[in-house]
Amino acid sequence: MSGRFTASELAEVRAGFPLLSRTLRDGKKLVYLDSGATAQKPQVVLDAEREFYTRTNAAVHRGAHQLAEEATDAFEQARAQVAAFVGAEADELVWTQSSTGALNLVAYAMSNATAGRGGAGARRFALAPDDEIVVTVAEHHANLVPWQELAARTGAVVRWVDVDESGRLRTDQLDEVVTDRTRVVAFTHVSNVTGAITPVAPFVAAAQRVGALTVLDASQSVPHLPVDLHGLDVDFAAFTGHKMLGPTGVGALYGRRELLADLPPVMTGGSMVEVVTMESATYAPPPQRFEAGTQMVAQAVALGVAAQYHAGLGMDRVAAHDAHMTAALLDAVADLPGVRVLGPTDAADRVAAVSVVVDGVHAHDVGQVLDDAGVAVRVGHHCAQPLHRRFGVTATTRASASVYTTESEVAAFGDALADVRHFFGADR
Amino acid sequence: MSANAMEQLYQQVILDHARHPHGRVALEPDSPATTAVAGHDGCSGRSHQVNPTCGDEVTLEVVLDRTGTVPSIADVRWEGQGCSISQASVSVLYDLVVGEDLPGVDNLTTTFRELLATRGAGLDDEDAEDLLGDANAFTGVGKFPARVKCALLGWVALTDALVRTGVREEH
Repeated sequence: MSGRFTASELAEVRAGFPLLSRTLRDGKKLVYLDSGATAQKPQVVLDAEREFYTRTNAAVHRGAHQLAEEATDAFEQARAQVAAFVGAEADELVWTQSSTGALNLVAYAMSNATAGRGGAGARRFALAPDDEIVVTVAEHHANLVPWQELAARTGAVVRWVDVDESGRLRTDQLDEVVTDRTRVVAFTHVSNVTGAITPVAPFVAAAQRVGALTVLDASQSVPHLPVDLHGLDVDFAAFTGHKMLGPTGVGALYGRRELLADLPPVMTGGSMVEVVTMESATYAPPPQRFEAGTQMVAQAVALGVAAQYHAGLGMDRVAAHDAHMTAALLDAVADLPGVRVLGPTDAADRVAAVSVVVDGVHAHDVGQVLDDAGVAVRVGHHCAQPLHRRFGVTATTRASASVYTTESEVAAFGDALADVRHFFGADR
Repeated sequence: MSANAMEQLYQQVILDHARHPHGRVALEPDSPATTAVAGHDGCSGRSHQVNPTCGDEVTLEVVLDRTGTVPSIADVRWEGQGCSISQASVSVLYDLVVGEDLPGVDNLTTTFRELLATRGAGLDDEDAEDLLGDANAFTGVGKFPARVKCALLGWVALTDALVRTGVREEH
């Protein structure tokens, strides 16, 4: 099978998500178009988490009893499943709390390297004053603030790549922005506001030309597109479970094997060490080196199932469905007077997350009217204030789709949005 | 059904204030009142408040008249951007507090906060309704907990600006 889901397949997908059948205030039907913030969970993911607790729960990587073995196997199998899903090897995947946790891990590890921590190999991560960290104006705060903080601790300088008027990253600026002083190029794979897909190759080429590390925020790409991290040739990548039909509280950092091997730890304590004396400690190899303390085992196991669920649907078909929803969303807002899209209006090379400005009506008020129609969207700056400022707005209204989104839901969004300006008298 | 909830939330009074706000001006960015300026007859204070979840902002400057037995509000000047609830609320605040003495302002602030805490039921108190005037239109906001902060943004700015005048401890 290829191409987008048939109507009956989509109905079958939806039947697997218990929350989608609930109703809202006054018996209204739910139209969930906020999957970019967090996706709903299929029953198989919910069952996996419950099953772990009801059958297998035990501390992993310690203990000699059968349950401990089974729990460890489940935990490590999930790592292999998630790694395979993004084109990586199991030992290149570190569990984190979230994408934010993964990106902070890299930034703080570099800070620790700058402070002289880690072995001789860690020197490659040390920053000096006036070294440069390159980001983009389209970053979620999670891939901006940790770098600002790293710069503040090390004397490095943050520089950035702009977007054009349609929200596409200005890859033409890379030659100027990425210099011999650049040590890190951190950029998003898909903007959570504009939905634009970043052409990764020019960023990687620019970074590799000057020997800088690449850090990819894949939070918004992994749920929508087939992602092959080895193929993309990035050094690090972050993504999160809850946006890819998995539980909250678990995400992942991908790192090239040889880089993780040299990266100093951030969180320290139990489970990440080899030999501990009263004076010092030696550290476990990756990925355990970065997984201090009790891990989110049940969530990780369920995330493994979420990855399998996507693979079962087929990511090419998920992407085809997403492309169809992208076109439907763009179409739904295209002819509405006073409504403009912040991001590409061309359905190519973007995902089904469409943010709009409604002239004369604040996004919070837009969201209220949509909520009254049962349509759940995100309003505000979506943790991307610089990008909103770049376009001269403080807030937008974002509709975002997932594997379970239907054309009729998109139509309901369009219908509700069409009423907004009239309700507030902005059309007079 | 829900049309009522929406109409209760967005009463015409609120929509009118949001479209034609009272007391909104372009404030001088370098106004000396950013913290406090005290003179013999009056003083002023300014506060900038942000709702980080939606980015709504209000900067509010209050000018006190200290010629009476208790200080009163001689003027309020404000600027802001945000949703209709937040902007209308500051406009209504302007109408209510200019000319009021500080005990009266405290009473208004407390009563308005109480109204928003009723989850849309209203205070069922004629004196309170008379006191609040146009602010009664915000009764329905209490049904939407996520919007209560919007309605309070200007009032928080007023309370903070009054503290910054430095006269709060004097009476």
